[in-house]
Parts: sequence; structure tokens; C-alpha cells
Amino acid sequence: MGSLAFAILAVLLVASALTVVVHPNPVKSAMALVVALFLLAVTFVLLEAHMIAALQVIVYAGAIMVLFLFVIMLLSLERENPEAQPHPPTGLRVVAWMGGGVLAAELCWLLVRQPLPPPAQAAADYGSAQAVARSLYTDFLLPFELTSILLLVAVVGAVILAQRRRP
Amino acid sequence: MVPISWYLALSAVLFAIGVTGVLVRRNLIVIFMAIELMLNAVNLSFVALARQLGSVDGQVVVFFVMVVAAAEAAVGLAIIIAAFRSRPTVFADEFTLLKG
Repeated sequence: MGSLAFAILAVLLVASALTVVVHPNPVKSAMALVVALFLLAVTFVLLEAHMIAALQVIVYAGAIMVLFLFVIMLLSLERENPEAQPHPPTGLRVVAWMGGGVLAAELCWLLVRQPLPPPAQAAADYGSAQAVARSLYTDFLLPFELTSILLLVAVVGAVILAQRRRP
Repeated sequence: MVPISWYLALSAVLFAIGVTGVLVRRNLIVIFMAIELMLNAVNLSFVALARQLGSVDGQVVVFFVMVVAAAEAAVGLAIIIAAFRSRPTVFADEFTLLKG
């Protein structure tokens, strides 16, 4: 049962990720990325990371993807002719795809042959908001506070970068 | 339960797809989406290994990766908009100002 669910998820994930990369229309690429992010949230649930799965849907599939679609619409890219899009030379693309395949094989080999400890018994509240928050506000309190500065800088930077220059 | 190495292999494949996307596309926004794909592939391996070790620390790291990704998306898309203002295109080949 678990293996079947994982197999279906893996096939759909790889298919949607490939769609993101190969689809000529950026809007459809973005939609495929939304699908991929949702499927990743489901994978997180399979791994009992319930809090992270919820955050994945809210932050990634929600906020970040809306930002992407907003910029695509703002630049009205969907009207561009997909055939007119510049592509790297065919030889370069073949090399890139082969390099990607080699990279995938290498990473798989490296990660799968890594000796791992036997799977630990998860606590009853593993992956719940309480468990994550306890770790976040005790062991990781300083990085957590620093992320607030990071977000502030990002907001200020985004506003300054995107505003219209006054001559 | 599915062995954790399957999840690690899936994350490796997703990461490689993201790398390939950055290499084969010229549309800045699609390149950006491929980078998001790579970040998410790494998140998957963090969550998988956290489950294997029975510790939530890996999940907290994923939380931080999401924060950084949100900041990166906001700043990166602002840069794309600024670049689009100076030259109305989103294709990376057109931006040759820094080319030696």
C-alpha cells in the first residue's frame, strides 16, 4: 500500500517536474510547478511531516506561486509566440540533458549506497505543529529571529528594485 | 514503510531535473522555477532523513529553507521586473551588459 502510493507519487512528481522544464509556455510551466509542489506536500505527509506539508501548501503552492503567476501576467508573457522563444543550440541541449541524467544517476548512487541508521521509531507527536515549534523556539531560536531580519531586508529590497526610476 | 533511500533517489532525480532546466531554458522566469524545483528536492531529502532519524531538526531546517526561498522569490522577481524595464525581454541571452 505504502509502496504503491509512493510509486504513483514519484511518477507524477517526475512528470510534473519535467513539464516545468520542457513546456514552452511559462504559465503552463508555473501550473505544473504548482502540481509538483502539491505532490511534494503529499510526500511530506507520507513521511509524517504534517506541519511542513501544511506550510508547503500555504507558503509554496500558495504565496510563492501567486507571486510567480503575478509577474508572468504583469509582463504578459503568455502572448508571446512559443515558437519564437530562443533556445540554446541543439548540441548544447543534448549535452545538458545527458549531463542531467549523469547527475541524477550519480546522486542516486551516492545517496542510496550511503549507510543509514535503522529507521527510528517516531514519537507520537512527530511532525506536529507542537513538536516542530518546540524545536524552533528553543534550539533554533537565534536563526528564527534572524529570518525576520532576512524577510524585512527582502521586502525592502524588492520594493526598491521594482519601483520605477524617477528621472 | 517505503525505504528512505527511495525518497532520497526521488529527490536526486528532481534535483537533476532542476539543474537541467537551468541549463536548457533561456526564459528567466522558467530558470527561476527550476531553481525552486531544486530547493524543493533538497527539502524532500531533509524531510526523509529527519524521518529516518526520528528527529524534527530536519523539518526545522526545511522551514528555514522555505523562508529563504520566499525572500529569494520576492527579490528575484523584483530583479526580473527591473531587468524587463530596462530591456523588454525575459530571455537571458539578451542581457549581455556584463559580458567581457
